[in-house]
Amino acid sequence: MSDESFPTKKVSSPPGETATAPPTRTGLDYQAEEKNPTFIELKRRHRSFVFPLTVFFLVWYFAYVILAAYAHDFMATPVFGVINVGLLLGFGQFITTFIITMTYVSFANRRLDPLAAELRADLEAKESAA
Amino acid sequence: MNLFTVSMLAAAVDAESQSNPILNISIFIAFVGITLFIVIRASRNNASAADYYAGGRSFTGPQNGFAITGDYLSAASFLGIVGAIAINGYDGFLYSIGFLVAWLVALLLVAELMRNTGKFTMADVLSFRLKQRPVRMAAALTTLAVCFFYLLAQMAGAGGLVSLLLGIDDKVGQSIVVAIVGGLMILYVLIGGMKGTTWVQIVKAFLLVGAAIAMAIWVLILNGFDLSRVLQSAVDNSVATPAEAILAPGLKYGTNPLDFISLSLALVLGTAGLPHVLMRFYTVPTAKEARRSVVWAIWLIGGFYILTLVLGYGAAALVGSATILDAPGGVNSAAPLLALELGGPLLLGFVSAIAFATILAVVAGLTITAAASFAHDIYSNVIKKGKGDPDAEVKIARRTVVVIGVLAVAGGIGVQGQNIAFLVALAFAVAASANLPTILYSLYWKRFNTRGAVWSMVGGLSAAILLIVFSPVMSGTPTSMLGEGVDFALFPLQNPGIVSIPLGFALGWLGTVTSSRTEDPDLAAEMDVRSLTGHGAEAATEH
Repeated sequence: MSDESFPTKKVSSPPGETATAPPTRTGLDYQAEEKNPTFIELKRRHRSFVFPLTVFFLVWYFAYVILAAYAHDFMATPVFGVINVGLLLGFGQFITTFIITMTYVSFANRRLDPLAAELRADLEAKESAA
Repeated sequence: MNLFTVSMLAAAVDAESQSNPILNISIFIAFVGITLFIVIRASRNNASAADYYAGGRSFTGPQNGFAITGDYLSAASFLGIVGAIAINGYDGFLYSIGFLVAWLVALLLVAELMRNTGKFTMADVLSFRLKQRPVRMAAALTTLAVCFFYLLAQMAGAGGLVSLLLGIDDKVGQSIVVAIVGGLMILYVLIGGMKGTTWVQIVKAFLLVGAAIAMAIWVLILNGFDLSRVLQSAVDNSVATPAEAILAPGLKYGTNPLDFISLSLALVLGTAGLPHVLMRFYTVPTAKEARRSVVWAIWLIGGFYILTLVLGYGAAALVGSATILDAPGGVNSAAPLLALELGGPLLLGFVSAIAFATILAVVAGLTITAAASFAHDIYSNVIKKGKGDPDAEVKIARRTVVVIGVLAVAGGIGVQGQNIAFLVALAFAVAASANLPTILYSLYWKRFNTRGAVWSMVGGLSAAILLIVFSPVMSGTPTSMLGEGVDFALFPLQNPGIVSIPLGFALGWLGTVTSSRTEDPDLAAEMDVRSLTGHGAEAATEH
């Protein structure tokens, strides 16, 4: 872990409106970094994983909510004993939440963290060279 | 049936006399003593702003996961949801599910990128690449509004709890207790800062989850580890008509399904916009630790909410919903009454102390968030234009803590008797309408600009608050804050989310596309790169 922190504002902030903007450090062209193929790949992997997953869990959650709001009789249908469809679907929400959590963590550890670490090392090297 | 009800009521009166105020107070004082000791020990290194606001960024993922759990499982979760399940059955359970699923928004879209881009407050991220002063001002405003609603809910819980424990029914006694909670909270936050607050939350999360596990196992033992038997006796002891209605949705929201959808929208989208939750991500050294903390939080919170089902139906089964409704504290007294039924006065005292601890830990987290936002965003960056002295900033933050504490006590006395889970739902609605659109747009939409941010935050906040004012919550029904006599409830729903959340998103888009201002492309690129790589994120301070 590098022990770096923001330079104090008094030293680095340009005057005027952007006085409190997080200080842009010297020597790094972030617009160029944004076009770095590794960065583009990292961004693509992140978004193409989290966006569909978000759509999925929101649709599944609201399908459940709409059933709970309008389909009382369906939700009250007994499955075994006093356990009904509503309770099972409710538990289903818990289970999918846990599964999505573990899936994302495993994906992020394998597919995102190595790229992010590589880019970070690269940026730090460029910064100290500048 | 009548005879049955009478005997239940007799049992309730008996139960009340069993509750031993001196025992309850001693357990509570012991908790306060232990946590105060921890807070004082933790506060030794509270020199810099990063120490005071972010605990030196030195907490590990699991520690922060417990702290998030302690911050999130408020009196609403413990007292409110258990009570709601005990009385309204399935409809209470719907709260739990919304509160849990909401964490996926935080995990997938917000937590890591927030940690990588910000320093102390939500406004740090939102104003990163936009015009500083208007965006910070708006973000500080929504932060303070959400914290205030949430604080009121917790204070209402404190008053309700004490009426049950100490048998204090009168307004003066409850107000004194609210004032004591407020005073303790000020003390914790002043001395301990974020580090002290975090440790209080960790201790509380252990106690709360531990007590929930113990009580749920106890309920299951009494019923031969058969959940169906718990549910069946809950039905047998329910005052609902028909009694089986508590096992299916519709008892509470059956008459107004749209209100329920509105509530669900607020619950699932609110969490990732709660400023006190977002601020917790700054207490860990890296984005990876932020991810780990959310994963821990999801397991702990999810596990707890599954237990609320057992506890809620268990309270209905063992205590009976008539007794709960009749007890001082009403719906909110289901969990303490279940403890009394299971373990007598000692367990009641212990569970009540945990409920107090819950309230204390949550209000401490809210207070430090609000104080940080006022001192860091409004004082340092808006008034002093970023040239404020960091030491002066921390001093201002400490003074703000006192002011917020006093306001929370005054407000808390005003909202006694309101349902806690419901008040918290309003805070979620404001967070989802005013904060979440701007957070998502800033992190994922490059074109997003200053006007979009200000319109979305100010518009979402105003819409949510106006709709609450003109809703049945304020006037027109016997349970309204102003009673039945005055009626200006033009908006038919109790929760504003279904209107105000889409409006917040729409205004963010509209403001952006109508503005000709071009934001600094360098800052936008910097935010993009830093949010995903973690480059330049402030590391933990060493002591």
